[in-house]
Amino acid sequence: MKFIHYLEKIKNVDLLGLISLSIFFLFFAIMLTWVFRANKQKLKEIGRIPLDH
Amino acid sequence: MQIEKFYYDNKIVKAFGLATIVFGIVGMLAGLWAAIQIYYPASSLNLPATTFGRMRPLHTNAIIFAFVGNASFAGIYYSLQRLCKARMFSDKLSWVHFWGWQLIIAAAAITLLMGKTTGKEYAELEWPIDIAITLVWVIFGINMFGTIIKRREKHLYVAIWFYIATWVTVALLHIVNSVEIPVSFMKSYSWYAGVQDALVQWWYGHNAVAFFLTTPVLGLMYYFLPKAANRPVYSYRLSIIHFWALIFIYIWAGPHHLLYTALPDWAQSLGVVFSIMLIAPSWGGMLNGLFTLRGAWDKVKEDPVLKFMVVAITCYGMATFEGPLLSLKNVNAISHFSDWTIAHVHIGGLGWNGFLAFAILYYMIPKMWGTELYSKKLAQNHFWLGTIGIILYAVPLYWAGFEQSLMWKSFTPEGQLRFQFMETVTNIIPMYVSRSVGGGLYLVGALMMVYNLYKTMVKGTFIPNEAAEAAPMIKETHAKKEYWHRVIERRPVTLLVLSLIVVAIGGAIEFLPTFLVKSNVPTIASVKPYTPLELQGRDIYLREGCYTCHSQMVRPFRDEVARYGEYSKAGEFVYDHPFQWGSKRTGPDLAREGGKYPDSWHYNHMYDPRSMSPGSVMPQYPWLLDDALDTASTPAKIRAMRTLGVPYPDGYDKIANRDLMQQADSIAASLKRDKIKTPSNVEIIALIAYLQRLGTDIKTDPAKAEAATVNP
Repeated sequence: MKFIHYLEKIKNVDLLGLISLSIFFLFFAIMLTWVFRANKQKLKEIGRIPLDH
Repeated sequence: MQIEKFYYDNKIVKAFGLATIVFGIVGMLAGLWAAIQIYYPASSLNLPATTFGRMRPLHTNAIIFAFVGNASFAGIYYSLQRLCKARMFSDKLSWVHFWGWQLIIAAAAITLLMGKTTGKEYAELEWPIDIAITLVWVIFGINMFGTIIKRREKHLYVAIWFYIATWVTVALLHIVNSVEIPVSFMKSYSWYAGVQDALVQWWYGHNAVAFFLTTPVLGLMYYFLPKAANRPVYSYRLSIIHFWALIFIYIWAGPHHLLYTALPDWAQSLGVVFSIMLIAPSWGGMLNGLFTLRGAWDKVKEDPVLKFMVVAITCYGMATFEGPLLSLKNVNAISHFSDWTIAHVHIGGLGWNGFLAFAILYYMIPKMWGTELYSKKLAQNHFWLGTIGIILYAVPLYWAGFEQSLMWKSFTPEGQLRFQFMETVTNIIPMYVSRSVGGGLYLVGALMMVYNLYKTMVKGTFIPNEAAEAAPMIKETHAKKEYWHRVIERRPVTLLVLSLIVVAIGGAIEFLPTFLVKSNVPTIASVKPYTPLELQGRDIYLREGCYTCHSQMVRPFRDEVARYGEYSKAGEFVYDHPFQWGSKRTGPDLAREGGKYPDSWHYNHMYDPRSMSPGSVMPQYPWLLDDALDTASTPAKIRAMRTLGVPYPDGYDKIANRDLMQQADSIAASLKRDKIKTPSNVEIIALIAYLQRLGTDIKTDPAKAEAATVNP
């Protein structure tokens, strides 16, 4: 199988690294915002699901 | 609202539970047998099927896919129904899943012992079995999602998230890593070669640990620990962070298995950085588990289930702390290829996976048989035997790994290697003995559990269908509610898609450049495809599992270059479908084996290794001297290699056997000069051809080897 060397033909291929870093940052930013804004009471309820059957 | 009455299916849980017990014992026995062979080679019985190179893959596959796999399925079928307040989606699918999985295990056991293997660690099973795994996995997925969709509980508890991530990621890993070209029924070549194959394989290998041995078991922890302790998990919020951070970060860490190899440096560094970050979510999860027991430690003293869980979670914490340390390049330089890795893995395997499996069995079986555990005392004894077994197993191996590695790297003041490879092996044999004693104790403990659980089953009465009742989820009555309901129902699918995206990111960012950037795998002009005889010999090397004890990767260290020769270059492996870098040096590296010894040395060494290197722990391979080489397969193999891009000339498949016989005759003639009479059509001739080829391509011209280190 021949792999064509696409990436070398791309202008500004450094963008790949920047995109990677941004994805990484955004992932945690969004996740943590979501988790810490979630309703505490609701989370407590959900945490009890295994116990109420 | 009408309360609905329904029944949980305990029969399927019972079936998976029994399979867990049976295959657990089988897998441990295989492991013990393999462990004994390392210091007592005669215990291979000189039979192909029972020799280490085939026994070891049987052990790993049995433990991972049969023992932990069945335990996870048992726990998932038990907890999913209860967390969803619904019976499994389809009893029929449950049973197709169960029998399909057991058939796969049986097929795996038979084919591995027959030497049918792809030669890729933890993905040894051949293509027809790979397809069967895919089908059964899809059935499991349909059954799981069907259950989730018809659930009576609005919210998806975090354990279910872990199950979903497990399902989607294992599917992705299995499919990507198993892309292979079938040569015949039960023989195939990996689509990828060399460096790329190594990267894909360890992306798979590392994440199989993550998503087959960790995430499903964490899901089980999040269900069974609160149940057994009768209190909710310490922080549900932390469990959400644990989940997302773990699945996002884990997938990137695979390259830490390839430090100092010919893998591009940037990929190695990425693997290290993400491995270090993994400490955070792993320890978040561990602490979440242990803190759940706050104020309940008195229960731990009494309850064997909790005891096993505490040690399991602690071992999870130790293994996930040690893992990132091992992925630091300076630590890895010592630990890699040594028994340190084996010790590390068994803290996870025996401690985390084994003990958690025991815990859920001790929990579920009395519940499903409507009784109490037959003997708590026996379970306590199992606990102590198991714990002492783990210590006796791991501590000597840590010591052995560390000591052997330092011996490898030791030089005299004059600048010579201080120790022969053999000396570093014979030195650690007492540690190997202790390891098998530890493993033996662990197995005895497990047998005590079998007896205890059997007595429990006899004492109680099995409840095949456990009655339960719950209100159905709110049905949509008008437009607004319908929308709301649909969102809820769609959530598991959203979760599935999100998990897939999250795990795909890491893989894509590592794979794309390795596959697409030319400078990452510099080509070497003198590296040529294997001759037909060497190719056949290489397949024998795979079949006998030589990669389980020998690496083919000289790292750029002073001692390795002094011991083995020029360090390995990425360009040397471009025709290696699959790569055979290996992960453990019970024997020496073979990357530069070619030309080191005469043909007759290899012939005698395969017949009886100790006749050539006294003290060797390598098994004997007498059958290679008698069994005829299967030359009928040569044309198909050449054609498959051509499809993969190996530049054999057009129509070479038709004349390949002529070249093969020519080369075989010349090796037979060379053996004859050393007073060894052998026909030229036996397997040993092909294996010698392959071994004599290893690493010689760049020896032809030193200038070319030099050029290979510079990017074109």
